[in-house]
Amino acid sequence: MKIYVPRDAAARALGADAVAQAFAALGHEVIRNGSRGMVWLEPLVEIAQGGVRRAYGAVTPADVAGILAGTVESLGVVEDIPFFARQTRLTFARCGVIDPLDLSDYAAHGGLSGLRRALDLGPEGVVDEVKQSGLRGRGGAGFPTGIKWETVARAAGPQKYIVCNADEGDSGTFADRMIMEGDPFSVIEGMVIAGIAVGATKGFVYIRSEYPDAIDVMTSAVKIARKNNLLGCVLHSSHEFDIEVRVGAGAYVCGEETSLLNSLEGKRGVVRAKPPLPALEGFMGRPTVVNNVISLATIPVIFEKGAAHYAGFGLGRSKGTMPIQIAGNVARGGLFETGFGMPLGELVNDIAGGAATGRPVKAVQVGGPLGAYFAPEKFDTPFAYEEFDGQGGLIGHAGVVVFDDSADMRAMARFAMEFCAVESCGKCTPCRIGAVRGVETIDRIAAGDAGAIPLLVDLCETMKHGSLCALGGFTPYPVMSVLTQFPEEFAGHREAAE
Amino acid sequence: MTNPAPVAAPARLAEIEAIIAAHLWREGPLLPILHDVQAAFGFIPSDAHAPIAAALNISRAELHGVLSFYHDFRDAPAGKHVLKICRAEACQAMGGAAMSQAVLDTLGLDWNQTTRDGRVTVEPVYCLGLCACAPAAMVDGKLKGRATAQTILAELSA
Ligand SMILES: Cc1cc2nc3c(=O)[nH]c(=O)nc-3n(C[C@H](O)[C@H](O)[C@H](O)COP(=O)(O)O)c2cc1C
Ligand code: SF4
Ligand code: FES
Repeated sequence: MKIYVPRDAAARALGADAVAQAFAALGHEVIRNGSRGMVWLEPLVEIAQGGVRRAYGAVTPADVAGILAGTVESLGVVEDIPFFARQTRLTFARCGVIDPLDLSDYAAHGGLSGLRRALDLGPEGVVDEVKQSGLRGRGGAGFPTGIKWETVARAAGPQKYIVCNADEGDSGTFADRMIMEGDPFSVIEGMVIAGIAVGATKGFVYIRSEYPDAIDVMTSAVKIARKNNLLGCVLHSSHEFDIEVRVGAGAYVCGEETSLLNSLEGKRGVVRAKPPLPALEGFMGRPTVVNNVISLATIPVIFEKGAAHYAGFGLGRSKGTMPIQIAGNVARGGLFETGFGMPLGELVNDIAGGAATGRPVKAVQVGGPLGAYFAPEKFDTPFAYEEFDGQGGLIGHAGVVVFDDSADMRAMARFAMEFCAVESCGKCTPCRIGAVRGVETIDRIAAGDAGAIPLLVDLCETMKHGSLCALGGFTPYPVMSVLTQFPEEFAGHREAAE
Repeated sequence: MTNPAPVAAPARLAEIEAIIAAHLWREGPLLPILHDVQAAFGFIPSDAHAPIAAALNISRAELHGVLSFYHDFRDAPAGKHVLKICRAEACQAMGGAAMSQAVLDTLGLDWNQTTRDGRVTVEPVYCLGLCACAPAAMVDGKLKGRATAQTILAELSA
């Protein structure tokens, strides 16, 4: 019998440590796995016996003796829980299954076979395979990963770098955190393969300081990888690669790739004008791949199963799978990996069970603080890059935040402006000053000045077109989506007073 | 994990020098140095500025620019306990605004303030990655999901 109690930050935030201690106190060894992503059931304990793993949900220390005695009812086999059974797990195939820091467990579950294949293919073959897979950057912009790698591979430079963007600042997202805590070697393996592709020997993982658990696990995983020749002399080949874990300092804008590079260099995290592209002049002015955690963690499975297998999932130009994070006011919140194309409403209502409060869903925000709000009228939109773009939205890092009918949408529009004002790097006026004006203008509208509505629209136009990066440029998305879909909420405070 | 005890100036300087030396091999060592200094003293003491600027060959103005840019770095010690409450969207969807207001009211504070007895500092944070078990908070580095004003205040007096 094996006992699994997740070490994932969400599980710990819901009391997993005390549960693990309760098992230990009764003399049982406990494996601290990652999360299976069914956050509403955390701490989710698994008991492995006779080749199956049975789940126990929302476990407290008081349940432990009963679980061991067989008197507490199980949720059944983990993989049969509908939320789990309906997924296509490629990137997250191992997350929650293995001991995150056990490299042999990793290898026993398909780990390192992608890297071996990549070593055989050589740099050009690796770039081709990534292009064939159709993988697009999961950090938000959706840029084709293979083309980015090709640019860096062709750039001349004495030293090139792979930078893993683990700044994950978008509200409603936690996929990067989960994979770093639950399957850190997949991130490392992805970075090593990127290094082979472009000829880089040094990598950085830039993790936000709000993620202490992810920082711990990644730091330990890097040490273990060095000891076992996953890093250093890569699997005893002629390729060298090493990784340094770096910690951010509480700035949302440092998720933007050029701001992140400035931060890594020890500067203020202001955004750089492009060109030059980071691919050509990145960290320390040298050719640099910057990729999101999930983009990199998906690389090993692409090589393990083949690009065609990966590209076989998805919709149109959105190929493969996306780990969608469903959060906020939702009955079954968590991480749901599926091929692109599932309609938004199916995710929100069928998979996630609607609002946690049982009240009607009023809106969902997709793609973090810069993403548009979608009212239920738009719930037939398939979850994919172009399809969301066509609806004036974006999928971003695939966070879906659910709000019930008690949500004050005008307050959410105001918050979008406020957040932009707090986090602006200060380089462009439309963002730095515009966001502050945006808050004031929404307050005027709230006070009954309907004449300020056109001002807000103008301001959004100015921010959209006059900002250097998406912080200033996309903050108008959530604001305008509220204004167009919930105009009645901008009718002043009379309504509230009635 | 409450805040480190105050350290006298001369001992502090030696420790600062040791921290700097430990990171100088890195490409871009400034943030790692600042994190370690803050971990050691609970804030970035002003007597750390000159040695850091000198070791990295940057001006004190540049260093100040960096310190003021990032929300994490403090120029004075925080309260004995640091409470961070998430203000971002997923937590708002679960009543986070009312919850944080209740905590602030009980402590008699506004955001970024410290109780007069120096016991608690409350700061906003924008997402802790606990958005599927919102609202979320962090008390002295310990994460709390589905937080309520009661559970947070209880943790603070534990
Ligand atoms: C304000 C802002 C914040 C961003 N935050 C992140 C982030 O936290 N993580 C991330 O991977 N990309 C973030 N991005 C996107 C990055 O600039 C970049 O496109 C990405 O890291 C590239 O990796 P990918 O191609 O693998 O997605 C952000 C962009 C902007 C404008
Ligand atoms: S839009 Fe805002 S965050 Fe982006 S570069 Fe301009 S000022 Fe900085
Ligand atoms: S929005 Fe509060 S934890 Fe993510």
